Amino acid sequence: MSDNTRPLNEDDVRHVAKLARLQLKDEEIIRFTEQLRSVLDHAADVASLDLEGIAPTAHPLELSNVLRADEVTASSDRDEVLRAAPSVADHRFRVPRIVGEAP
Amino acid sequence: MNAGEVSAVALANESLQQIDSQEGEIHAFVEIQREQVLRKAQAIDDGVAQGKNMGVLAGVPLALKDNLCQHGEVTSCASNILSGWRPPYDATVVSRIETAGVLIVGKTNMDEFAMGSSTENSAFGPTKNPHDTTKVPGGSSGGSAAAVAASMTPLSLGSDTGGSIRQPAAFCGVVGVKPTYGLVSRYGLVAFASSLDQVGPFAGSVADAAALLEVIAGHDPKDSTSLNAPAPALSSHLDDGVKGMRVGLCNELLEGCAPDMVAAIKRAAEVLSNAGAEIIEISIPELKLGLSAYYLIAPAEASSNLARYDGVRYGVRVDAEDVTAMNTATRTAGFGDEVKRRIMLGTYALSAGYYDAYYGQAQRVRTLIINAFTKAYSSVDLLLGATTPTTAFAIGDKVGDPMSMYQSDICTIPTNLAGHPALSVPFGVGDDKMPIGAQLLGPALSEQQLFQAASVLEHGANS
Amino acid sequence: MSSLPEGWDMVVGLEVHTELKTATKLFCGCANNFGDEPNTNICPVCLGLPGSLPVLNEGAVEFAIRIGLALHCVVQPSSFHRKNYFYPDQPKDYQISQYDVPINGPGYLDLPDGSRVGIERAHLEEDTGKTTHVGGTGRIHGSDESLVDYNRSGVPLVEIVSGPDIRSAEQARGYAAELRSILIASGASDGRMEEGSMRVDANVSVRRGTEAPFGTRCEIKNLNSLRSVQRAVEYEALRQIAILDDGGTISQETRHWDEDAGKTQTMRSKEEAYDYRYFPEPDLVPVVPSEAFIRQIEAELPPMPAQRRRELIAHFGDAATDAQLDQANAAVELNLDPFIVGAIEKGITPALALARTANELAGLGDDAMSLPKDDYIALLKMEDAGELSATQSKKVLADLVAAGGGDPKAVAESKGFEQLDAGALDATLDEIIAANPDEWARYREGDDKLTGFFTGKVMAATQGQADGKAVNAALRQRRS
Ligand SMILES: [Mg+2]
Ligand SMILES: [Zn+2]
Repeated sequence: MSDNTRPLNEDDVRHVAKLARLQLKDEEIIRFTEQLRSVLDHAADVASLDLEGIAPTAHPLELSNVLRADEVTASSDRDEVLRAAPSVADHRFRVPRIVGEAP
Repeated sequence: MNAGEVSAVALANESLQQIDSQEGEIHAFVEIQREQVLRKAQAIDDGVAQGKNMGVLAGVPLALKDNLCQHGEVTSCASNILSGWRPPYDATVVSRIETAGVLIVGKTNMDEFAMGSSTENSAFGPTKNPHDTTKVPGGSSGGSAAAVAASMTPLSLGSDTGGSIRQPAAFCGVVGVKPTYGLVSRYGLVAFASSLDQVGPFAGSVADAAALLEVIAGHDPKDSTSLNAPAPALSSHLDDGVKGMRVGLCNELLEGCAPDMVAAIKRAAEVLSNAGAEIIEISIPELKLGLSAYYLIAPAEASSNLARYDGVRYGVRVDAEDVTAMNTATRTAGFGDEVKRRIMLGTYALSAGYYDAYYGQAQRVRTLIINAFTKAYSSVDLLLGATTPTTAFAIGDKVGDPMSMYQSDICTIPTNLAGHPALSVPFGVGDDKMPIGAQLLGPALSEQQLFQAASVLEHGANS
Repeated sequence: MSSLPEGWDMVVGLEVHTELKTATKLFCGCANNFGDEPNTNICPVCLGLPGSLPVLNEGAVEFAIRIGLALHCVVQPSSFHRKNYFYPDQPKDYQISQYDVPINGPGYLDLPDGSRVGIERAHLEEDTGKTTHVGGTGRIHGSDESLVDYNRSGVPLVEIVSGPDIRSAEQARGYAAELRSILIASGASDGRMEEGSMRVDANVSVRRGTEAPFGTRCEIKNLNSLRSVQRAVEYEALRQIAILDDGGTISQETRHWDEDAGKTQTMRSKEEAYDYRYFPEPDLVPVVPSEAFIRQIEAELPPMPAQRRRELIAHFGDAATDAQLDQANAAVELNLDPFIVGAIEKGITPALALARTANELAGLGDDAMSLPKDDYIALLKMEDAGELSATQSKKVLADLVAAGGGDPKAVAESKGFEQLDAGALDATLDEIIAANPDEWARYREGDDKLTGFFTGKVMAATQGQADGKAVNAALRQRRS
């Protein structure tokens, strides 16, 4: 785990910005790197704990089997939904050219 | 509240007049629904005149946090990226309060997407603390807290992911409640961190907060994480007192707090003790890990929840030649710095190679904290501590230093990680004459006891 | 059985996505309907609107378990994760899918040829919206812009992942065909590959010899017919072998199958691989099906193809020819065996029922299954009774399938298909005999091979209106 908690660097910030579809100026990269590093430094108390044998909690509730019947309910009004869209054609949401197929 | 005794139109006008006189200075709202509220008030008065039951909160004005979807009304989360968005549906809590006859007067300012502790991260400018307009109202539900504190509305709704109801309630001197996770539906609450978010009430009194929580609580089939439990009976037990209740004065919710804060909370303990509660000093060291775990888990969930703001289906788009560039330009222009910081932090915590060390580890710490609370609640019924380490800080004080801003949530965060309820009730003022909030915490679904104890503190606050 | 060069072995694993035939989507009550007006089956949930939350469809869980049981999988407690990636057809920019604990764990599928392919998992997930590319050639590459319809967004899918057990292109096709057949038989899916309700991705690698470690694999995306599965796997294995034979190395990548060109092409290299940042979906809770629920679904599971194949062949007894066995397999694979069994039970000659179904009905695509069985049997009855010639019967069948059913008598009449009367047949035969004296002489001397020659001439001259049996009888009569 030591390698995985090495200090965050500017390349890491560039990488996550790209994954998150954010564009950062050089000045922002420097600033965000410093700020995120200070949060991660603080998180070192958590990262360094030996928690072998402790189960992770993803959710505070212990619910299961929350299901709904397979019955059709009313859909939204198409015009109302499309009115909120930035660009529409042919009753569909219009987007600029897509580069690359879906993963 | 005067439901039924005074006309709804009169209550609406009173609220609007107070907004007119205060809003310029406080900026609690991002949108005021002047015509809608008067129309609804008239409908309620007409109904009452015809002898109809117009709901348990008929005619009571309420301010709605801007991250709760309201059909056809602007819901922007105080973000440029959602500026002007009108949802085609109502949040479940909105349907419920409307059924109860509440008058929604407008949407309140907040930290963008509920990320912040001061309401300075709003794309539409900060909200000021009504007790001192050089101070922050707290956040992220700062507008909702300020609206009640400035008597613009008797009630408001906020959301609490790491303290976003309790901390501003404390800073503004009002009652704020974070219910048990799953007690109030999240359907229509714009998600920040789904496993932590919970909607809750602000009010000027414990009784009013109880009345509002009774209206919004209860099972919702549209939210898979909604508890299949009936809404708790709160109002009818407010005067039941704390005789025989064991209250843990929690060391971790006091250490690191300012001396005036510690003194106030110790006085609160005395008030409970005088009312017949047994005060037990208790230490839960695991709570100290809460802040770190929270700032990994909440950003991780947020990074995923906020991916959908991509300029395709709703909200604001910044055009570019291809879809990836359009997504990027839209998000870069649409999100503020704090949102970007948390998205990047969360993306990093989930990314290949770091998941186990950060997100996975934080989830395990969550287990430790839940276990520690469970153990504590085997010897005490409730916990008492400070809601915030200090009273409200000055606007601009912490904006450049995210870590110090995050520290202001240190007392409220552990409850969210456990999914437990907690509330903040005003209890005197600090050396700076700014309000202090006493925080009461309890195990899942202990709202009734929390409100009983809060009621005792409310009455004893000025004794 | 492999057509690979000597000494080479291929290793194939298939990932099959199948849409479930539920009334509603996986996480909302919008209708799950193919082909509706764009963006009419949408709501806050399947559009990923801020504040919306998913609630799991019980029907989808039941169908997923049916599939699992049909594939002998371990049905187990499961939960959902988020798979994060940006794409405009993905409204939340993450897909809700099952990750480390799928609803169906390991199982297997037995092919008609006796081989067994392991199933690693069969998990639930949501489908994406549908993107139409505008400008250029209408394909994604070179288009100017795209339009998105979210009707399909959130439609329930089960993704079935096979083990790396497939060793030839034919076996890959056989696996996909048998799986499709099982999906349809289970009632969980309609298996319509043309409409994209069943989509196949193939992971292909090659190695020298059968004991060597697996080579670098390439994934071929979106194969939308059984024929494409076989062709693409064959092409891809040969492509990889050619590179290795030349001393090159295979780079791990995702490839696209171009049906027209008959080639796979690079879509994305491993360097561009996504970091999906999977994490537990906080808006959903685990699914823990009770043992009683699982056993109830199992008890209600209809007969599976393997059993139906045995039952069908039993109608032919020991007399079944190899060709008929192949026809029987093909019919079951396409879920057309109920047509044959139904016809035989109504007294149709078994050989005719089998041949018409496996040869003609099977060739009419996914729509064949929707033909009302009674209409089909009525048609075979007419043919069996000599009221229609084989050629006429096939034409009527095509019309019936295209129309989704109908009265075969009416269709035959509307096409002017009346049996040639005996006089007209005699006249035609006279002309043909006169025009082909040599062949007629040889036929009269006993060369039976010429029966087909004369029958063919009569059919051509009458445009198929003559009945083959009547022609045979007339020929024999004239010879004697
Ligand atoms: Mg998949
Ligand atoms: Zn929907």
